[in-house]
Amino acid sequence: MTAPLRWRVARLCERRVETPTAHTLVLEAPGWPGHLPGQHVDVRLTAPDGYQAARSYSLAGPAEGDRIVLTVQRVPDGEVSPYLIDVYAEGDPVEVRGPVGGWFVWRPEETAPVLLVAGGSGVVPLMAMVRARRAAGSRVPFRLIYSVRTPADVFYADELRRRVRDDLGLDVAYVYTREAPPGWRGEPHRIGLADVNSHGWPPELEPLCYVCGPTGFVETVADVLVGLGHQSRRVKTERFGPTG
Amino acid sequence: MSPGFQGRPRSAEPALPPGQYLTQDFPVLSAGPTPRVPLETWEFVVSTESGAEFRWSWDELMALPQETPAVDIHCVTRWSKRNTDWQGVSLDTLLEGIGTGARYAQAHSYGGYTTNLPLADLRGGRAWIAHRYDGGPLPAEHGGPARLLVPHLYFWKSAKWVRGIRLTTDDQPGFWETAGYHDYGDPWREQRYQGD
Repeated sequence: MTAPLRWRVARLCERRVETPTAHTLVLEAPGWPGHLPGQHVDVRLTAPDGYQAARSYSLAGPAEGDRIVLTVQRVPDGEVSPYLIDVYAEGDPVEVRGPVGGWFVWRPEETAPVLLVAGGSGVVPLMAMVRARRAAGSRVPFRLIYSVRTPADVFYADELRRRVRDDLGLDVAYVYTREAPPGWRGEPHRIGLADVNSHGWPPELEPLCYVCGPTGFVETVADVLVGLGHQSRRVKTERFGPTG
Repeated sequence: MSPGFQGRPRSAEPALPPGQYLTQDFPVLSAGPTPRVPLETWEFVVSTESGAEFRWSWDELMALPQETPAVDIHCVTRWSKRNTDWQGVSLDTLLEGIGTGARYAQAHSYGGYTTNLPLADLRGGRAWIAHRYDGGPLPAEHGGPARLLVPHLYFWKSAKWVRGIRLTTDDQPGFWETAGYHDYGDPWREQRYQGD
């Protein structure tokens, strides 16, 4: 039997504001065993009366020593995310357990081209793959299609610009659903066949496809990919609904 | 302790399994694209450890005695949903008269998903092949046309798009079970990951 994944105490060492409703938390997690991009971690809070609440969050990048990075999107009426965004302070403890998940992962030794399709905060585990590619010095061609409501909702905006410039073989295309930036060609719209066809890879190249976002978004994109001729087994999905 | 964390007001409702919270909607979690299976070609197959196969077409499944379980369901990602309303055929009905000495079952699905559980957990009025949800046909994203429903285990055991069940003498871990999740998955014992 495998040893149980144990809870360990981590502390907040840095907070970065991605958008008004999403913060990146850098945690110091002593003894962290490392992880693959796409894996997640459980975060557990404990109230004074002993009540506990835990949620899963995708890891946003490879570990740097004992440091792990999460990006937390505030869920209206949520129980854990509002605490992590509004209350949780530098130096405070939080319990973490992981890494968890062995399917929605990209291994840096993979050689197939990669298509990443993100809806909103679904970009988090996909950014972990982009960052791991860079960290591993991989030259595997990556394309990221990132659907967001407005330019102000883009996570990691500066870093993505920098990586497209500096990381050879990485392309990022944006789809805006409510408001496009000035000079962007096209009207705001929900992602569809034309976006995936224009900015993805042809199925003949047998890319690995990773799709992460809200349920309706993932259903749409996964159906489009299969319709374009991608094998179902090469389309990995992670869906999230409203969770606190 | 988490400084400044209060949590939600504690409810007087009957307890949920540890670590779960209630949701009103019905989140969808699956590992790949949603398979679409036409009813004309749909079939459900039980195979035994000796290789015998028992098959039901859609019409044959519909002709069997139907049950309407109303059950709480618990997802390993921590949401629970109370009193969900299903219609389907009990595994007791399907397994009746099938001679087997197998102790384990591996459910397999259109799309390639698999999950394992002890055969005993499919018996005793605790498991169904469900094809209606909340008064209508089971939507494809929730596993339609038919899914396994085993509400006393975490919901990844309730294989969507179920195509058949292999009865085996040894335990053969399925998709999530080989990806780090618990072999059995009892929500009340919080068996989420391997080793829990």
